[in-house]
Amino acid sequence: MAATLAFAPAHSDTAWPAVRWAIVRDVKLALRSRAELGVQLLFYVLVASLFPLAMSPERATLALIGPGVLWVAALLASLLSLPRLFAADYADGTLEQIALSPHPLVALVGGKIIAHWLTTGLPLVAIAPLVGLQYAMDEQTLTVLAAALLIGTPILSLLGAIGAALTLGLRGSGSLLALLILPLYVPVLVFGAGAVEAVRTGLGASAHLSLLGAGLLIACVGAPFAAAAAVRIALD
Amino acid sequence: MLEAQKLAARRGFSRLFDGLSFRVGAGEALVVTGANGSGKTTLLRTLAGLTALENGEIRWQGRPVGPFDPELRAAVAFSGHLPALKDGLTAEENLASLVALEGSPASRDAIVEALDGVALSPQRTLPARVLSQGQRRRIGLARLTLVSRPLWILDEPLAALDTAGSALLARILGRHLANGGLAVVATHTPLGLPDSRLASLVLH
Repeated sequence: MAATLAFAPAHSDTAWPAVRWAIVRDVKLALRSRAELGVQLLFYVLVASLFPLAMSPERATLALIGPGVLWVAALLASLLSLPRLFAADYADGTLEQIALSPHPLVALVGGKIIAHWLTTGLPLVAIAPLVGLQYAMDEQTLTVLAAALLIGTPILSLLGAIGAALTLGLRGSGSLLALLILPLYVPVLVFGAGAVEAVRTGLGASAHLSLLGAGLLIACVGAPFAAAAAVRIALD
Repeated sequence: MLEAQKLAARRGFSRLFDGLSFRVGAGEALVVTGANGSGKTTLLRTLAGLTALENGEIRWQGRPVGPFDPELRAAVAFSGHLPALKDGLTAEENLASLVALEGSPASRDAIVEALDGVALSPQRTLPARVLSQGQRRRIGLARLTLVSRPLWILDEPLAALDTAGSALLARILGRHLANGGLAVVATHTPLGLPDSRLASLVLH
């Protein structure tokens, strides 16, 4: 036993260094492959821009479908980026090292989810008001749209992480992921689009935004643990 | 000390090994050999705590450990088939990132020195994408020298390494054992270490 004293203990019970490690590394990797980020953002803009072309360009119609279309496009764009969350780390062996690290796995997975949102969700929040101009939305509606996306897109990353981890290593995991995750996205869609719709009809968005916020808190508490458990199962 | 008692594992319906017992003490290396598909990788992944056992018990320092046991995670350095390198990061960034993940972040000087120790100084700032398989392996060797772990679990560490690389591994592993470290190594090629430090396990 005495011989092992030569080795420094590598215990780490605090979560912050692990969260920071994952955020710094994943954001750095994402910035090295900016093209991929651009594709996801461009996808969002394209999907959201197809509807005004396909439907009658009346202002009333556009304003009616706008909130729904912008949110559905956000869901699809999030889905497009989800496989990247764990699949690359799984394929090159990094995920093994992550799971075997003395850091708490929940913290590492949580950091990866935050990085995923910073690189995919946040740009979407920033660009959505611009895209929303196509739908004849006024300033107040656009503000609420951005606020709803700001609260809602982290939920998409959190829930999506569970699905991304569960489908690791499966054949056709992309389409399976869509089937698994889209139903879970429904409440976010309902309250997110509902918030924008409510402000358009003059009801005020605070109720919907509060519900979205509550959803975000629940997802923050539960999703990293579920995703971490799924990662361990995938490695077995 | 690492002890294994009556380990059994299966892949699908086929039984890989059964009733496998061994003991590795400080300063010893267990060399696992066996035909392809005999379960070497499964055994190593089980010992590292990545895979659950079908039967049997693994003890680390006298205490039974299961998959992802925190004590085991703090003690083991695992090097599998996959190099865990990111193509987009440089050799230096990859190494720094890996050792920080292991909970023992190293200074930039230590990273540079470790890369120098595995003869990768000229490739230090190149992205891992352009490195050869052997050079990627060498980054893994540098990682082992930087993280201070008592138990090394190495799956085919000599794969893709040239003669100089193999000698490097022998030197690094020899120093680890001399310091009282333990190692479990799956390999087809002799490691080039003195027999007194090695125990052998053949899987059928």
